[in-house]
Amino acid sequence: MSAPRTMAGGFAGLLRRTRALIRKETRQLLRDFSSIAIGIVMPVTLLVLFGYGINLDVRNVPVAVLMEDDSAPARGVAAAFELSPYFSTQRVRTMNDAERMLMAGDVRAIVRIPSDFARSIDLGAADVQLIINGADANTARISLGYAQGAVATWAAKEAERTGNAGAAGGIAVEPRLWFNEANDSSYFLVPGLIVLVMTLIGALLTALVMAREWERGTFEALFVTPVRSAEILLGKTVPYFVLGLIGLALCVVGSKLLFGVPLRGSLVILTLVSMLYLLVALGLGLVISSATKSQFVASQVTVLVTFLPAMMLSGFMYDPRSMPLAVQAITYVFPARYFVTLLQTLFLSGNNWSVILPNAAVLAGMAAALLALAVRLTRKRIA
Amino acid sequence: MEDRPLSLVARDLRKSFRRDAKETVEALGGISLTVRKGTLTALVGPDGAGKTTLLRLASGLILPDSGSLTVVGLDVAEKPQAVQDRIGYMPQRFGLYEDLSVQENLDLYADLNGVSPAERRTVYPRLFEMTQLGPFKDRPAGKLSGGMKQKLGLACTLVRAPELLLLDEPTVGVDPLSRRELWEIVFKLIREDGLSVVVATSYLDEAERCEHAVLMHAGEILAEGPPAEITAKADGCCFLVKGPEGVPARSLQARLFALPGVVDAVPEAGRVRIVRRPDRLEEPLTLEGLQLETEPTGARFEDAFMMLFDSVAGERDHTSPAPLAASPENAADGTVVEVRDLVRKFGDFTAVDHVTFSVRRGEVYGLLGPNGAGKSTTFRMLCGLLPATAGTLRVAGNDLLKAGAKARERLGYVAQKFSLYGQLTVGENLEFFASAYGLRGNRKKERIATLTAAFELERFRDLPSGQLPGGFRQRLALAAALLHEPDILFLDEATSGADPLARRQFWGRITALSEQGVTVIVTTHFMEEAEYCDRVIILDAGRNLAEGTPVEIRERAVSGKTAPSMEEAFIAIVERERAKRTEKAA
Repeated sequence: MSAPRTMAGGFAGLLRRTRALIRKETRQLLRDFSSIAIGIVMPVTLLVLFGYGINLDVRNVPVAVLMEDDSAPARGVAAAFELSPYFSTQRVRTMNDAERMLMAGDVRAIVRIPSDFARSIDLGAADVQLIINGADANTARISLGYAQGAVATWAAKEAERTGNAGAAGGIAVEPRLWFNEANDSSYFLVPGLIVLVMTLIGALLTALVMAREWERGTFEALFVTPVRSAEILLGKTVPYFVLGLIGLALCVVGSKLLFGVPLRGSLVILTLVSMLYLLVALGLGLVISSATKSQFVASQVTVLVTFLPAMMLSGFMYDPRSMPLAVQAITYVFPARYFVTLLQTLFLSGNNWSVILPNAAVLAGMAAALLALAVRLTRKRIA
Repeated sequence: MEDRPLSLVARDLRKSFRRDAKETVEALGGISLTVRKGTLTALVGPDGAGKTTLLRLASGLILPDSGSLTVVGLDVAEKPQAVQDRIGYMPQRFGLYEDLSVQENLDLYADLNGVSPAERRTVYPRLFEMTQLGPFKDRPAGKLSGGMKQKLGLACTLVRAPELLLLDEPTVGVDPLSRRELWEIVFKLIREDGLSVVVATSYLDEAERCEHAVLMHAGEILAEGPPAEITAKADGCCFLVKGPEGVPARSLQARLFALPGVVDAVPEAGRVRIVRRPDRLEEPLTLEGLQLETEPTGARFEDAFMMLFDSVAGERDHTSPAPLAASPENAADGTVVEVRDLVRKFGDFTAVDHVTFSVRRGEVYGLLGPNGAGKSTTFRMLCGLLPATAGTLRVAGNDLLKAGAKARERLGYVAQKFSLYGQLTVGENLEFFASAYGLRGNRKKERIATLTAAFELERFRDLPSGQLPGGFRQRLALAAALLHEPDILFLDEATSGADPLARRQFWGRITALSEQGVTVIVTTHFMEEAEYCDRVIILDAGRNLAEGTPVEIRERAVSGKTAPSMEEAFIAIVERERAKRTEKAA
């Protein structure tokens, strides 16, 4: 009744066939320049681009300083802005002038030291008014941080000088850039790159090579052999999994050597969570290509549902906390969101288990679900 | 033989496909069939007969809607994997991995099929010997010729002796020499290993060589049995007809084919072979009031095939083409295409080596040759798509490379691959190509209307052309190439993969065009199609081996044996020249 087990069946057969498929896939991968380009050239390029080229730091923000008070403390605060490398200041005489400049875009912010500044300091509740052009929310937020920093620095010095701790009272300084004390954007951009590289290799490359087989009709002959669909999937996944790990190594070594980004968490945990994300990406790529069966559609869909969210909605470039609530909720749909959280924690904070465990658990769940779906979708059927 | 075990048993097998939301197409309408072990069974039939569907069902790639199908003793729908473990299947488009070498492709299939190293030591040399792929072991599969690719596909399928071998049109787009070699491999395996084979084919001479032929039409089996039995149905109905002096065989063929009592007509060695309806044999054969001499001849499988289809195909278009005229537009009209000492090199490789020929206005000229003979390269140079390395080349008095767009306006080109836009409807495609050729306003409307009517494309106007049935795609491609009323038409393997009925209709159109004075240059792998040509040239390895009328070509190949077919003549000439060359080299 049953087929001859010696040839087709058994674990040995599975191993032999899977090995043959992995070898075939690896050969194709090595001969196809575009795979190497996406797997190796792309991470290096992104690393250099994001490390050196793209700078989210804010410097020389044009600011109008309006001094309504001419007291020593007021001059001190103004000097704090003038001496800060983050601002380039311009004194103005009236609020009208200042507002006009802000409207015209000549300055991005107005620092107004009110006429009762010195008096208020003595009362312990002084205000420096800061009016920022909020069109670019990111710059605005960073400028605000710098402004608070400038005032706080002055206040601290003043307190030291006068021995009056109350001098800084009323100026609440929130140290926003807690983990990025060097205030260097490459610290969070470079680790974030890992998510882009993993997404490209895991999802895009796999989706393309799988859809290519459907398009070129190579599956039709392959299906009518003792090969099982799970073996086909394994044969596709393993080489790209390895390529993904090479990409990871390039990113970690590059960020350490080129940009001195600290890795505060454990390298082992970093590797493990990256593997988890890689599995999620591979699963997505396989599911998308099984569903579309065309290279063009698969690449479009993959970019749309994996790469762009990894770039925009993961917290890699923009902090999700500053997004509208509805968008914040959407970010949790995308696996990249969890991975970026893990990456930023591991690089800049350390082995923070309360962050690592839940996020890793979500990735593990997604990987399992997607891979199971890919197996279900890849039936040995055509049309 | 009757007590041999069964390799395949189908009982009332049905399968429909959804074309779109509204329409379902019945691919198989209740087929029952048995294939005995150790036999060679051919599935023949026009496009859409259900041959591919049947083979895919048998290999477990699709599920039947109803009915049962047992392959090598197993229910395919229930145990597809168990069946796939034991059979071999070569799809129409065997998906070789083009970036892997010949050896690597073979290794992959050997690994997947669990062929042990010991078995490989005996199987590989045999496969390489049969396919003659030995010298190309390290060549990437993508760089093989069409025939070699098919042979490699077959080798991959045969790397483990399957209990049943399913071949889906294995010789489409393959030249006559490779086709013969491919069949020799299959026959050898049947003879020596007792292999069971089911092959779908649109070459009727291939079916003739099988033990059992199954004629399919529109998802039903029309007839089955040993080919000789089927051929016998046309006995006494086949005749050779000679036309008036100076009339090309194809012109006579087109008129005879349109006669109500005639089932089939094809040109053969300057005459026309016809099959008459058995119930109308008594009537005299007249054409335009002229009684024609008929000479009885033996029936072939193809004659019976056409006869059986005539009984189910419904009313054929019997409106006769324009009255017969002696040598239309007259050959004195002069030379339209002139090629002298044409050479094309790619690096060290000489693809076209001093080829000289000329084509007169209104002529149908055939470029024949095995894969890699330089036909396509010559074609590209003629169309001005590729510069020549040396020699002169004039088309309609112009050097196409220099004259450019102006001269190209007079050309029509039908590529081997369907090169229209699959997502655009038939109407939109015609619209687009008309605009591309610079037609505007009333003339554009008029040409589109004329061609849509002439090619019977009205009912498909709004169908995306990618969904057209095979034969109609070819019609649309030809219609698109004729929109601007070209003087010269280039057809590059335009009938590749088309069934016998579609090919006859296609050639009917070509004949009509040539009678209107259009010059036609064709390449084809169907040697019997060369009979439609006024003259043919045979190329191999870029060199001119023979030129002349089909009758002259046949005569040149005669070697004791009487009246070789066009295909036999072609093979004989190519092999003779190849032998000479190896002698010289040695």
